[in-house]
Amino acid sequence: MRHNVYIYIVVMAIVTYLIRVLPFTLIRKDIKNKTIRSFLYYVPYVTLSVMTFPSIINATGNVYTGAAGFIVALLLAFIGKSLITVAGCSCAVVLILELIF
Amino acid sequence: MKTISNKTFLKMGALDSIPIALGYLAVSFSLGIQAKQAGLDALAATIMSLTNVTSAGEFAALGIISEGGTLATMACSQFIINLRYMLMSCSLSQKIDNEKPFFHRFGVAFGVTDEIFGISYAVKGRLNPFYTYGAMLVAIPGWCLGTCLGVIFGNLLPEVIVTSLGVALYGMFIAIIIPPSKKDRCVAAAVILAMICSIGWDYIPAFHAISGGTKIIILTVVISLAFAILFPRNEEEEESKEAES
Repeated sequence: MRHNVYIYIVVMAIVTYLIRVLPFTLIRKDIKNKTIRSFLYYVPYVTLSVMTFPSIINATGNVYTGAAGFIVALLLAFIGKSLITVAGCSCAVVLILELIF
Repeated sequence: MKTISNKTFLKMGALDSIPIALGYLAVSFSLGIQAKQAGLDALAATIMSLTNVTSAGEFAALGIISEGGTLATMACSQFIINLRYMLMSCSLSQKIDNEKPFFHRFGVAFGVTDEIFGISYAVKGRLNPFYTYGAMLVAIPGWCLGTCLGVIFGNLLPEVIVTSLGVALYGMFIAIIIPPSKKDRCVAAAVILAMICSIGWDYIPAFHAISGGTKIIILTVVISLAFAILFPRNEEEEESKEAES
């Protein structure tokens, strides 16, 4: 069942705005509970990890160039390169390999 | 203390967010290409970017739209993926200038992204909402313009370039998760476990009926909750880390 794309956009916009606005308005106090704070702390890293791997390997349609892009991104991120450098070099490596093979 | 006018704060925020806008432009360009592949036209993709302003959330949403997911999956996935904004909003809620009218809280809330939060939180003393407005006025158009251009020009570029740009967002996500993994072993363990579970999930035939959006939700909640219970964060440690960054 496929909905109209604008219905999806409305749903996501409302959910996302509520997450942003509730702490500013209703929940004015800092979240004190240690487990909730820890949960909120881990969530972004876990969710981005699940979204990135193994999707990045399959993103190019060729497992080897995808894996190369993944490894380059890991290495550059590990030595502390900026967001744009990591993303850009990862793309560049994939591009070069795709052109060669 | 000298008082700085709202207009000056607006200008400061706008100037500070020029590098953010340039980064957004590049990242949202590849988001636009993905949007095109998910079947969105330039208008729909631009409206999505304008109303959501969230890279990971929009990216996951495109997956759900192209696989024809339910609205409940969409709502849950956005809730989980964007949950990090709740912590950021909590921090800014304490920092925003209380002498300004209450409605400003609704405006500033809309601009809570990783980057705009970052510069708003770095402002000394109380946050004048106009600083964040200035940042939003420059960064959000960059985000929308990039998305729009991605949809339009994604088609005109040679396929090999479009393919390569397909890893850009993933590269960005890696750049977000690796630095904290170096600082905190618990984060590193959570990241590694998440990746193992994610690829393991794909190899279990019984799970193939479950949509990609639902997979992200289940794995994120289970793994994050397990880590929150087993390895809760030390609040003092957290504060010193926040001060560092």
